[in-house]
Amino acid sequence: MPEKHATDPLLEASDLTVHFDIKRPGALPWRGSDSLCAVDGVSLQLQAGETLGVVGESGCGKSTLARALMRLVPVTSGQVTWLGKDLSGLSAAELRDSRKDMQMIFQDPIASLNPRMTVGDSIAEPLRSLCPELPRDEVRARVKAMMERVGLLPNLINRYPHEFSGGQCQRIGIARALILEPKLVICDEPVSALDVSIQAQIVNLLQELQREMGLALIFIAHDLSVVRHISDQVLVMYLGNAVEYGPSTSVFESARHPYTKALLSAVPVPDPRLERSKSVQLLEGDLPSPINPPSGCVFRTRCPVAIQACAASKPSLQYTSGHGVACPNTEIA
Amino acid sequence: MNLLEVKDLRVLFDTRDGEVVAVNDLNFSVTPGETLGIVGESGSGKSQTAFSLLGLLARNGRASGSARFRGEEILNLPEQRLNRIRAQEIAMIFQDPMTSLNPYRKIGPQLSEVLELHKGVGRKEALAQSLAMLDAVKIPEAAKRLDSYPHELSGGMRQRVMIAMALLCQPKLLIADEPTTALDVTVQAQILKLLDELKKEFNTAIVLITHDLGVVAGLCDKVLVMYAGRTMEYGPVEDIFYNPSHPYTQGLLHAVPRLDIPGAALATIPGNPPNLQELAAGCPFWQRCSSATEHCQTDAPVLETFGEGRLRACHLESRELLEVV
Repeated sequence: MPEKHATDPLLEASDLTVHFDIKRPGALPWRGSDSLCAVDGVSLQLQAGETLGVVGESGCGKSTLARALMRLVPVTSGQVTWLGKDLSGLSAAELRDSRKDMQMIFQDPIASLNPRMTVGDSIAEPLRSLCPELPRDEVRARVKAMMERVGLLPNLINRYPHEFSGGQCQRIGIARALILEPKLVICDEPVSALDVSIQAQIVNLLQELQREMGLALIFIAHDLSVVRHISDQVLVMYLGNAVEYGPSTSVFESARHPYTKALLSAVPVPDPRLERSKSVQLLEGDLPSPINPPSGCVFRTRCPVAIQACAASKPSLQYTSGHGVACPNTEIA
Repeated sequence: MNLLEVKDLRVLFDTRDGEVVAVNDLNFSVTPGETLGIVGESGSGKSQTAFSLLGLLARNGRASGSARFRGEEILNLPEQRLNRIRAQEIAMIFQDPMTSLNPYRKIGPQLSEVLELHKGVGRKEALAQSLAMLDAVKIPEAAKRLDSYPHELSGGMRQRVMIAMALLCQPKLLIADEPTTALDVTVQAQILKLLDELKKEFNTAIVLITHDLGVVAGLCDKVLVMYAGRTMEYGPVEDIFYNPSHPYTQGLLHAVPRLDIPGAALATIPGNPPNLQELAAGCPFWQRCSSATEHCQTDAPVLETFGEGRLRACHLESRELLEVV
């Protein structure tokens, strides 16, 4: 575990594991199914007002982790504690209540809005379903105020999503997530579908709203530059496992896991002289299948410093001053 | 001598809402072995530029102007003539490696077909050459892969197959439309290194279409910055990155979060790209430009030469502009 803070964390996950059952193609119905380990024993802590960045390549379990934290997918084992309460022990009604405090923003801004609902209705939906006692006028007033806050003209309240651009739709998604004034917002690749100039607008908006409302953010992205820009803590995942976890500056400036190093060196820098002179740590091959992951350390098949011992046992995160690395060979790397 | 020379390229689409100009008076050139990057946001006309060169525009699209490839006009050539140029002289790699291969056919026949059709090579010889090319793009166990279906390969592998296919006839020019956008960074790094090596090995010129300025910085010799179908700025890569002369280029460069320079606040370009159907007179960028004047609203700036091999379309004096930065 990272260093304990004085205050209790907002959200804490310990040893969170999510398995999915996958039917083998062509298998007979009575044969058992394969198990895909999407998230494998991930632990994390999030303080109020803090931003945790989760990075990793497609298929590494970032989105499943986010969904498991909100109990949108069933958790196989492990615990999620929200404000001191175990989420998995909550009844449906209690869970519903706690969702007021945790909301989500999705990757595809246009697909995550119902095309047949007006923008106002979409933004009001969480209020209507979780605070049904609010009078109509109050709901409308809050929606308009929230639209203004995310940079949308309130007179667009009766328009439909197709009348908006991708960046504006993402603003609508943000307004919908923030209308309940949650404590935590999980952003699953919120800017990766947007153009550079629009991406910067949305990132700045999120940071501004975070400061104003004291939000905690879990920011999932494959773009490391954006994650570095916005995060306080960073969790690097590979094939369902946390391989490095710690304060953003420490992880980005002195990455210790060979995977993090490779990932960082692969990011193209918009500076021709730097980009051409830097050394890229190229990884060989592709991501192994999560149905049949390598034994021991899951990264060893592509790792430049793998030794025989890596196949024997899976390394866990070892912490030095709050920066955890799941690799025993960091001195060689 | 220029390999490809494009002059006043214009692409129009007839739509139900009237005519839309997707690409407006584009000028650029590529010499053998050179890499030109075309950058811009979605809808800026990057892909349509590439499509128009190879006669791949949608049925309601028309291209005008001139595009000379090794001195020969290739714009609006009849299909038969174009087919001779496609693949043999100019090849293209598309953005989505998942959908650009035929899912019903094995990799081997898909590759060898290119040689059989374009070069009249026999099946056996074509397969042997395909195998060699798969090796060249570093696909492990290439012989086994000839017998695979596309769905059995990962995204990065499929993109390598696409590159192999494009290079089979050893084209002089390769047009790569967002070749790494659908891929993860570590795979992107592999593909970019591969393109760089292949370019040196075969002396292929590349037109690289992308929205990622980092990719441009790593691979390109020249850059064309497009906005709303027009050239904003054009010039050598170092000039564009270290001494951008157009407010849009400057805005783009400042809006990208940098891994190597953390903490700096992101400058934004306010507003949204314009709707091409409602493009009024004046500079298409003026509404989002911090240094726009009244003049910019009424008159579109013409593309002017300034400095060594550089073009820009902006009313601002370059001296004034440097002060803005």
